[in-house]
Amino acid sequence: MNWVLENISFIASLLTDHIVFSLVPVVIGLVIAVPLGWLANRAGFGRAVVVNLAGLLYTIPSLALFVFLPVILGTGILDPINVIVALSVYTVALLVRTVADALEAVPPLVVDAATAMGFTPFRRFVAAELPISVPVILAGVRVAAVSSISLVTVGSVIGFGGLGQMFTDGFQRSITAEVVAGIVLVVVLALVVDGLLLLIGRMLTPWDRTARAVAQGATA
Amino acid sequence: MNFFGWLLDPAHWTGAGSIPQRLVEHIGYVALTMIIAIVIAVPLGAWIGHTGRGGFLVVGSANGLRALPTLGVLILLAQWTGLGLLGPLIALVLLAVPPVLAGTYAGVRNVDASVVDAARGMGMRGREILFGVELPNALPLIIGGIRSSVLQVISTATIAAYVGLNGLGRYIIDGLSTRDFPQMIAGSILVALLAVAADLVLAGLQKLLVSPGLQTAGTGRRVRALATRPTDTAAQAA
Repeated sequence: MNWVLENISFIASLLTDHIVFSLVPVVIGLVIAVPLGWLANRAGFGRAVVVNLAGLLYTIPSLALFVFLPVILGTGILDPINVIVALSVYTVALLVRTVADALEAVPPLVVDAATAMGFTPFRRFVAAELPISVPVILAGVRVAAVSSISLVTVGSVIGFGGLGQMFTDGFQRSITAEVVAGIVLVVVLALVVDGLLLLIGRMLTPWDRTARAVAQGATA
Repeated sequence: MNFFGWLLDPAHWTGAGSIPQRLVEHIGYVALTMIIAIVIAVPLGAWIGHTGRGGFLVVGSANGLRALPTLGVLILLAQWTGLGLLGPLIALVLLAVPPVLAGTYAGVRNVDASVVDAARGMGMRGREILFGVELPNALPLIIGGIRSSVLQVISTATIAAYVGLNGLGRYIIDGLSTRDFPQMIAGSILVALLAVAADLVLAGLQKLLVSPGLQTAGTGRRVRALATRPTDTAAQAA
C-alpha cells in the first residue's frame, strides 16, 4: 500500500496510457466490424469467409501478433502502434461475427415494415436494423473491451503496455506490491468499463427498459 | 527482414535450443497443463451441472478470467515460487480451468430434459445418467471448452518465457534482449502456426469423438446455439 501511495503520479500516467491504448482499438474495431458484419450477413458465401478468417485471426497468440505485425505494417518492432493495431484486429475478429449474428436475428417483419414505409436500404440499416441489434452487439463490445484492457499488459514485455509496466517493473525490481497493485488496477478498470458499457447500452435501448420493467413486475 | 533465413538456417534445427526442441517443450507444457486442468475441471463441472449447485461460481470464474492480466499472474506466482516450472505451471492451470469448467457445466446443464427423463424412465440411476447420457451429450461443449483452454495456454506459455520458462516464447524474449529481430519474428510465426495447428487438430477431434446423433441437422442447431464458441470465451485473453 505504501508503494502505491509513494508512486501515485507514476500510476496515474500509466492508467491514462492504459485507458487510451485499450479503448481506442475497441472503437476502431467496432467501426470496422459493423460494415463487415453487414456484408457477412448479406452474402452467404461472404459470411463463411469472414467468420472463418476472424476465427483464424483470433487464434494467433497476442505476443506473437505484437511481434509479427511490424513485418506487415512496416513499423518498428517496438512501436506502440503495433499494440493498437493488434488489439483492433482482435476486436474486429470478435465483433464481425457478433454483428452478423445480431443482424441475422432482426425479425424479418421489422425489415419488411421499414421497407414498406419507403426506407432506403441504408436508412433501414441505420434506423431499424442497427438499433435493434444494439443489445447483442453491445454484449460483444463488453467482451472485447474487457479482453483488450487485459491484453494491453502483454505489450509491456516488448516495452509498451500501460499498467502492464507495473508487472515488468515490479518483476525486475522484486516489488511484489507493485505487481499486486497492477493486477488489482487492471481488473478494477475492466469492471468499471464493463459497467459503463452496460449503462450506455441501457441508454441506447430505451424501449428495452419498459420491457424489463414489465418482466420484473410480472415476476415480483 | 530476414526472418525467413533465420527459420531455414540448419543451425536452428539441431542441438540445444533448436526449433524442434523448443516446440516439444512448448507442447509439453501445454499437455501437462491440460491434463491437470481436465482432471480438475471436467469432474467438477459435471458435478455442478448434474446437481445444479454452484453454477454462478462457474459463470463468474469464466467471466472473471477475461479481466485477469495473465502476465501479472505469471509474474506474481514467479515471485512467490521462484524461477522454475512450478510458478508458471500453477498460473497456466489457473487460466486453463475456467473454460473447461464452463464448457462441461454448460454441456451437462443444457442436455435436453426430455432425454434425461427418458433415461430415468428406462430405469437408469444418477451415475448411469451422468456417464451414459449427460456426458456424451455434453461432449461438444466440453471439447469446445478444451479448445479455448488450449489456445489460452499456448498463448500464455509463450509469455511465460518472460519469467524463465522454455518453449517457443524463448525466441521472442531472447531475441528481444539481444535485439535479434529476425529471431523474434521467426518465433512469433512458429507460435502462431502451433496455435492454428492445435485448433485444427481439436476441431477434427471434436468431429471424431462427438456422437453422430448430435451432429445431424436436428439437434445440431441446438448444439450450435448453445456452444461456447472459442471466440466468445476469449481464448486469447493472454
